[in-house]
Amino acid sequence: MRQFYSFIKKEFYHVFRDKRTLLILFGLPVVQILLFGYALNSEVKNIDIAIYDQAGNSLSGKLKSLIASSDYFNQQAPILNYKEIENRFKSGSIKCALIIPPQFSVDINKPGGATIQVIADATDPNTATILTNYLTAITSRFKEQLQQTSIKPFTITPNVRLLYNETQNGSLSFIPGVIALIFMIVSTALTSVAVVREKEMGTMEILLVSPFKPIMVLMAKAIPYLILSLINFIIILLLSVLLLNVEIRGSIVLIIFESLLFIITCLSLGLLISNITNSQQTAMLASMMGMMLPTMLLTGFMFPLENMPLIFQVISRVIPSRYYYQIIKSVMLKGLGFSYVWKDTLILAAMAATLLFIALKNFKIRLQ
Amino acid sequence: MKVLGFILRKEFIQIFRDKVILAMMFFMPVMQLIILPLAANFEVKNINLVYVDLDHSSYSMQLIAKIAASGYFIIQDNSLSYNEGLQLIENGKADVLLEIPPHFERDLVRNEKQSVIIAADAINGTKSTLGATYLSSVIADFNAGLDVNFKAVLGSGVSSASTASQLNIDAVNWYNPRAEYKYMMVPGILVLLLTMIGGFITALNIVKEKEMGTIEQINVTPLKKWQFILGKLIPFWIVGMIVFTIGLIVMYLIYGIFPAGSLLLLYLFAAVYLIALLGFGLLISTLADTQLQAMFIAFFFMMIFMLMSGFFTSTDSMPGWARIISNLTPVTHFITVVRLIILKGSNFANVKMELLYLTGFAIALNAMAIYNYRKTS
Repeated sequence: MRQFYSFIKKEFYHVFRDKRTLLILFGLPVVQILLFGYALNSEVKNIDIAIYDQAGNSLSGKLKSLIASSDYFNQQAPILNYKEIENRFKSGSIKCALIIPPQFSVDINKPGGATIQVIADATDPNTATILTNYLTAITSRFKEQLQQTSIKPFTITPNVRLLYNETQNGSLSFIPGVIALIFMIVSTALTSVAVVREKEMGTMEILLVSPFKPIMVLMAKAIPYLILSLINFIIILLLSVLLLNVEIRGSIVLIIFESLLFIITCLSLGLLISNITNSQQTAMLASMMGMMLPTMLLTGFMFPLENMPLIFQVISRVIPSRYYYQIIKSVMLKGLGFSYVWKDTLILAAMAATLLFIALKNFKIRLQ
Repeated sequence: MKVLGFILRKEFIQIFRDKVILAMMFFMPVMQLIILPLAANFEVKNINLVYVDLDHSSYSMQLIAKIAASGYFIIQDNSLSYNEGLQLIENGKADVLLEIPPHFERDLVRNEKQSVIIAADAINGTKSTLGATYLSSVIADFNAGLDVNFKAVLGSGVSSASTASQLNIDAVNWYNPRAEYKYMMVPGILVLLLTMIGGFITALNIVKEKEMGTIEQINVTPLKKWQFILGKLIPFWIVGMIVFTIGLIVMYLIYGIFPAGSLLLLYLFAAVYLIALLGFGLLISTLADTQLQAMFIAFFFMMIFMLMSGFFTSTDSMPGWARIISNLTPVTHFITVVRLIILKGSNFANVKMELLYLTGFAIALNAMAIYNYRKTS
């Protein structure tokens, strides 16, 4: 046991000696959480809009001030002629143009009504859809203001409830994804590189001739990264609770248990990679390029899985982080209990067991 | 000049000798350009809807039929109670729940007012917002349809009041009329690939010489600092331009996107951008001692560049400080320009400011790299 302890201590020295890797280990999670929490949001705001007001009277002025008062739009300098619209789009200075026709205040009281034209920059399709919706909402508010006196028959008011996320906190959906990504980096990439480095440096040979059991070598390699992953996990949780106001709804014990299970899966994967590769570069390519990209793409936290071609959806079923993401989302954000996630947990456990088994089988106690 | 020629020859021999790196440089970008846009699709469609119809009247059924016909929703199930429907949301089987209260039709006719409940799984922000907006607009449409019926029944007295002011919106989507996501993603991915090649491979290449010890041999030769650096930059600049060309061809052949603007302008920007990035790669290589470190440092910055560049989410909705950081990365400017030229056909006058920024980055990054580079270890 004392040997084991000193071996783990050695492993920690390795980690703490390499300052640049430490930067990745603790810097990346913090930066990612902060970026996702503060800088990136799926909400569409501050859309640059320019208005070509051909009517130029008090009524169109009212509509303009209604648009200016909304947070969604940033009113740019008005457009003066048709040619200018295209130029403004091409220089990227506006995302949306609104054209108010000359007969606006006259037409509005005629049977057919007035028509205003909205031109949206659809190079970003979601923004285009959302801004058209915003403008529709604003014009219907404008209409209501005009006809306050008249009674509108048959109104169905939709009563919208935003479940689990009343404040529309954009960082919520990212946090489980970032946690999964971090485990993938720390547990898989760093572990695999750590073992292969010993092979490359030739120090593995020394370990193998020592009276230390091979399985213990693997365990001792894995445990420091298990601890580091847990520390990272706690940092992320603290950051998201304290800074990003994420509310943890489910049981914290269950969250930690599931995270441990996922870390073990990742560590097994890392050990497996390290056993079948011989150079740091291959190990790195396998774990960074081979694992990171599928994790980012196919977990479902950046891009919706159901939009992908069927083949990707099938592949995503063998990616452990997909299940972990589901579990954490259900438990942490929705506050559901174990009865909702037992199936995903079981799949994850089976994956961990299989990977660990293959990794142990492949561990060579002799050098070629 | 002759010395530089020798150095260049050496670099090219090295590049073409390592088949793995060669494959990484040419094959991977093409594969990624083909695969990524398929996976990276933010388009919100197929919103799973569960409804709870507690009224079972003709109006409630009409409303549901209208929602089903709108094309945005897939009706997953109808549940008997709100709680039953909520379970489907908890399971992740449904995204949005619509509850039509009992006596919906009766109260609507009697009180002329009625409300329905829309509950959206708001963890996925975009989907829930769009789902709820779509649903609300379908309901508003349904409402308008009822208005017409109502007017027909009541005669002209009311109808003139309700048509008192009519305001229609005619919305047009420019540059991408069918609102397809590939137009946004493919040029963005092209930029990312160029960034990876420029940043990663240069950094790794120089650090490899450090790790192998061959840099010592170069250091003791009478080779000047600028010759060594140019010798490293020029080959990768050429490789980058070739990859960019291949990327444009793939973009045209597979996605049918052909640059709307001038190709010459596009290449001018790519050339300047590559110089900036190669400087960045060089800078990383001066900071790292091993390939592992170089890879990690490059990965760290690449992550920030990628997330801040407006590739995934629009930079407009970022808070002010984040937009400043975003403007301080060359990737942001190049993505903007590439999208402008390829999709909108912007001309030189439209984008001349961006060229100024990119030139600034190219000079600054290379100056820092050259300053940091030491011929002595």
